[in-house]
Amino acid sequence: MKSDRPHAPPEVLRHSSAQFNTTILAGLREIWAHKFRSLLTMLGIILGVSSLVAMSALVSGMEKGAKEALIAIGGLQKVRVEPQEVPIEQRHLSDQAVGITINDVYALEQSAPLVTRLSPEMRLFATATANGKTFRPWVCSGVWPVALEMSEHVIAHGRMFNEIDDELARNVCVIGTATRDELWGSPERVGHEIIPLGETVYLNGVPFTIIGMFEHYESEQDRRARELARLQAERGVAPPVATGPDRGGRGSSGMRRPGGFAFRLKNSTIYIPLNTMWMKFRTGAAMPASGSSFGGRGGGSSRTVTTASAGGTAATITGDPRLSTLELKIASVEQLPEALQQIRNVLMSTHRGIEDWTFRTQEDWAEQIATFIRNARLSGGLIAGISLLVGGIGIMNIMLASISERVREIGIRKSVGAATSDIFIQILAESVVIAVLGGVVGLASSFGLVQLLGKLSPTDNEPIVTVTALAVAFAFSVLVGVLAGIFPAIKASRLNPIQALRYE
Amino acid sequence: MALVELRNVSKIYHLGGEEIRALDDVSLDIGEGEFISIIGPSGSGKSTLMHILGCLDSPSRGTIKLDGVMIQDATPRQLATMRNRKIGFVFQFFNLLPKLNVLQNVELPMIYSGIPGRERRARALAALEAVDMANRAKHRPSQLSGGQQQRAAIARALVNNPRIVFADEPTGNLDSHTGEAILNLFRKLSTEGRTIVLVTHDPEIAAVTPRRIEIRDGRIAEKVDLTLAGLDRQIKIGGPPPPVQA
Repeated sequence: MKSDRPHAPPEVLRHSSAQFNTTILAGLREIWAHKFRSLLTMLGIILGVSSLVAMSALVSGMEKGAKEALIAIGGLQKVRVEPQEVPIEQRHLSDQAVGITINDVYALEQSAPLVTRLSPEMRLFATATANGKTFRPWVCSGVWPVALEMSEHVIAHGRMFNEIDDELARNVCVIGTATRDELWGSPERVGHEIIPLGETVYLNGVPFTIIGMFEHYESEQDRRARELARLQAERGVAPPVATGPDRGGRGSSGMRRPGGFAFRLKNSTIYIPLNTMWMKFRTGAAMPASGSSFGGRGGGSSRTVTTASAGGTAATITGDPRLSTLELKIASVEQLPEALQQIRNVLMSTHRGIEDWTFRTQEDWAEQIATFIRNARLSGGLIAGISLLVGGIGIMNIMLASISERVREIGIRKSVGAATSDIFIQILAESVVIAVLGGVVGLASSFGLVQLLGKLSPTDNEPIVTVTALAVAFAFSVLVGVLAGIFPAIKASRLNPIQALRYE
Repeated sequence: MALVELRNVSKIYHLGGEEIRALDDVSLDIGEGEFISIIGPSGSGKSTLMHILGCLDSPSRGTIKLDGVMIQDATPRQLATMRNRKIGFVFQFFNLLPKLNVLQNVELPMIYSGIPGRERRARALAALEAVDMANRAKHRPSQLSGGQQQRAAIARALVNNPRIVFADEPTGNLDSHTGEAILNLFRKLSTEGRTIVLVTHDPEIAAVTPRRIEIRDGRIAEKVDLTLAGLDRQIKIGGPPPPVQA
């Protein structure tokens, strides 16, 4: 090298990208030089990141499942009016309590404009018998045809009964797939889909003609699993026995996963016209219900209406005119408080101030779900966060050990012109590289962990790995790397070069 | 204007309330292209002087001008830049980074100058060529002999074209034959115009330089051996040890 200076170093900006790359490379080299040690150090971050992602995926899955179920039962605009015991301060008036009757339905139709749809319901504890088998459906209700839209039911075969069927109190019914599955056999068992339209089913001994069947309700996940199994079957691949489609709603087959609860109940439904219910099961001696003694008085007006529509046949019969529930749909969720007030005013007047009824809104449930999700997310996040923190402490520990091994190296680097900030960045970069590598491996392994948890977890809501969760987990791993590196980096960069060079 | 101007420089340490003057009112000029040795027994303050001249340390008192820049009040970052651009160090224990190969070691100062990779590699190879080490570029320091390691270290010291090179006992860890070769390399560099400061306790080694500065108890006693001005004397090393000066 000549003493004249054709290549005098130009005043290049320090920390150029070239230097930055070299720093990262030096970090990688350092990690590669201590493979096992680095792997152990990374393990903390790997576990932290993957548990963060897996936890978030589980909660997201639960959230989605809960939302699906919420929509399946009719959404947030639905309000249920249910009977309740007369409050204690009104106990002395309890013999004047009328219960929820059809009278309330007409009063609400007249006086509560915010209620867009009303669906009275009369429930029966029914036993369905047909084809030599019996089945106890979850819901056997007498309803108006409007119940179809109200409860988000969809007719797949046949038709829903109409106003004429109701008015004439015909013995017709619409069933859910669970009833069909139990009485005639499910498509999985018999190999083809049985549509029992026109068949006769006996409800508590009374013959009914099946005129319609609902579609099969199931979660998105179940639907996809079934679809897959069908496609595999079409391609001639036998579906694996253990993971075979388990259609919610069948009484006896296979292990039941609780997440499809809402769908299973919905499948286990039998609807008959409200008037038929009233005529065949509630009047006369067929059902000597407990409230019948005052039913005559309280339900007087409603009976008049019912009688008119039922063609005068029930005029002289005493029975239980009370509805099991009354489902209302309001115009929009925003108007819920006002609508509830309207309903309250109307019902207070028809019930003469006796509170023998109560509201049940889906909002309570939605709120419960939201709270649960929030809590699950918080606690899961806390645990994953602690494991990331432990990973960070591991990194800091190993970085401190590493710099005390490398005092001399730091002295050499300083003697050839490394500034305090260069050393700081070098150590910090090593720490961040460990954390980032750990983060990447953690993201990769989180998919495996999610699969595993999906198999082990008692919910049938498939965990959902979201991009946000991945991004947040990765960002946290980088943050942990930075935080864990700062102290060792400061310690290393402050080393006195003379003492560092003398260090043995 | 001299390359290095030291004026009334003192370095004072406080050890348990006791004041220790490692350097006591030292003034010194080093001209461009000079080949100079700083000689003194251990504890004399020669290392402290070298550290201050080499921008590794700051004086307690006095002023230093290096290549026209006053550095006694410089920030650590400015000192780092000076070390990087204007100073090269050669150490007794070579101080190569064991995890890097020879080429990467020589590239190290240029990394901190922010020189792009391709130019770094070319200049590092040129510097290794100059010390006859280009064929060992891919070796690790542990695969080299002491003399080869010291050559690599010299290449590293020179690669950023420093204004001045400090060699701290560069032959102290080498056998006499190899040490002689290294000293010859320094003499060659000196004839090429390099400014070189040799720090040693050994008068025999100091004898190769035309100008010698003797340090004793933090003070300077300058001697110039005029017979060496021509730089043509055959150097003899490994003779009888010089009288130890306590």
